[in-house]
Amino acid sequence: MRTIDQTTQEVLTLASKHFQVPAGSLAPDDDFFKKLGIDSLQALELLSRLENHFGIELPDYEVQGVSDFRTLASRIQSRL
Amino acid sequence: MLDLSKYQSIGAALKDALDQFADEVCLIESDREREKERLTYRDFKQRAHPLAKAMQDAGFKASDRAAIIMTNQSKWLISAYAIFYYGGALVPLDYKLTPEEHWQLLKHSSASVLITEYPIWRQLAASPSRASATNLKTILVTEAPPNADLSSAHRWEEFRGTGDPTFVPRQRSDIATIVYSSGTGGRPKGCMMTHENYLEQCIALTSIYPFAPGVRYLSILPTNHAIDFMVGFFGPFICGATIVHLRTLRPEYVREAFPKYKITYVSLVPLVLKNLQKGLQARFDALPPGMRKIFNVLVAVNKAFTKSQPRLALSRRLLKQVHEAFGGELRAIIVGGAFTEPQTLQFFYDLGIPVANGYGLTEAGTAITVNDLKPFRADTVGKPLPGMEVRIINPDSEGIGEVSVRSKTVMSGYLNEPELTAETIVNGWLMTGDLGRFDPTGHLQLFGRKKNMIVTEEGKNIYPEDIEAAFESLPVKEFCVFAANYIWPKRSMVGEQLLLVLHLEQGQTLTEELRRDISARNSRLLNYKRVHGLVLLNEDFPRTASLKIKRNILAERLAQQHRASAILPL
Repeated sequence: MRTIDQTTQEVLTLASKHFQVPAGSLAPDDDFFKKLGIDSLQALELLSRLENHFGIELPDYEVQGVSDFRTLASRIQSRL
Repeated sequence: MLDLSKYQSIGAALKDALDQFADEVCLIESDREREKERLTYRDFKQRAHPLAKAMQDAGFKASDRAAIIMTNQSKWLISAYAIFYYGGALVPLDYKLTPEEHWQLLKHSSASVLITEYPIWRQLAASPSRASATNLKTILVTEAPPNADLSSAHRWEEFRGTGDPTFVPRQRSDIATIVYSSGTGGRPKGCMMTHENYLEQCIALTSIYPFAPGVRYLSILPTNHAIDFMVGFFGPFICGATIVHLRTLRPEYVREAFPKYKITYVSLVPLVLKNLQKGLQARFDALPPGMRKIFNVLVAVNKAFTKSQPRLALSRRLLKQVHEAFGGELRAIIVGGAFTEPQTLQFFYDLGIPVANGYGLTEAGTAITVNDLKPFRADTVGKPLPGMEVRIINPDSEGIGEVSVRSKTVMSGYLNEPELTAETIVNGWLMTGDLGRFDPTGHLQLFGRKKNMIVTEEGKNIYPEDIEAAFESLPVKEFCVFAANYIWPKRSMVGEQLLLVLHLEQGQTLTEELRRDISARNSRLLNYKRVHGLVLLNEDFPRTASLKIKRNILAERLAQQHRASAILPL
């Protein structure tokens, strides 16, 4: 079982790959809308990649209003 | 379709539709790759009537208000039908609001029933604001896990009466819904919509875009929104069409739904339409040069043949692969909720996919104008719908003035806000606050807003006053939020942004610490509600005797600064 820190790190790594930004340029408390300049649809695209990686299904309502990686990771962690 | 001119209420029309189209497929619900549900109109009735009966047995009667806070799904429509059947008034709320905002609107609307989904209820129940909605008597929660503690709420699935419910007739002038067009700040705008508003709007819309059994409508916009309520519920039902719901609105599942369910119509907000455009453009750009050349020729041929009107059969043959990606049966994409850029509309039309753009607001009963595609005009928002009187108030030398509307579809007023209603509906004319002009062919063109608000590409109306609470107790002398285009009018509906205006204390400067404080507060707002820049003003804000900011005078003062240099990035 992953720890929350591991999950957060994996979320950051996948997000940096998905949005093609240098690894290590994203931090857990970053607001991904602002940091990556993405809109809500682009954020949803990342979710599918995260679901595949973690082998979970993350309903849309679970990520409603979430805008930072740390909270996103905690929502994933609760479903692992 | 039913002849709506003979009906007095939404409930009466829906009731007949369920019998008339009993064997047609009414609803399909899909979650990722799985089809969860497929209901005929007969099945729908069998689900809805026990709910209506249970509500009647619980004492709910005509005019009682019932709120729905749900994502798009079959239980949303079943619940709404049950409410209309017993003569209730529906309060459809946006499920994306925060629990505090939900409770505020539940209180404001005086709803006595709340129907919601378990994940939403979990958050609502935990909110301290719950105590404020004292009028609420019954809460129904869908899809709660078997071991969930619902305390005083009931399980929707078990809330069923036995025997037939009694149908309660309503008059056309009775309130059918209270729809919040915006505003969760100090002054929620609850539009009181009558049964007549919906019946007349539906007659007008279906005269241009007819639905029928076999038509499949993909419902993506939230059903609480005026557009989806009309074209994703009432319109398809009275025509016997099919509504497809997706429980997961990720772009890839939306894309898959088109071919899977052979979608005929879909409504989208501009943000989603632009996203589709981006995806398609990337695929076209990736074509090998030879293929790209052939593709460009086919698009040019399609453009030439569809200049005066769409020719769907021809376009589907010419640009087969593009149309197959959309299922091959798409007749039009309906786009609404916000202004759509002409080049996006033209992009799809050139591919043989008509985009039915238009212009409307909840207060007017959904749509005021719609592009009738005869011919397609990407540079306008179309012509007024049948039954809509539209005029331009105080036009300037270029013919541009405030758009006003008179129609049987205009709301009866804002709930509990007689003054605001009187300001908005003047001598029977709805003042939209939008600036426009008619071209010589009768098409309406929009040129910005007269009012201090923005509409995001996601179709959200944002009033600056509503987000000022996020900056409360900011360590500055005073502050307020403005729509940039209200201060510096721009003859455009594109790229609207909010600005935070700061008046610093004497000797205070805009330090990094203050910026960080502002950014942190800003990031706690939902992304589409955030301010995009700062403006400094070194003088006291003009205020009324009761210390309210005189926003129009303040805007005039701010306008004396040069827009480009006044806005500091956040």
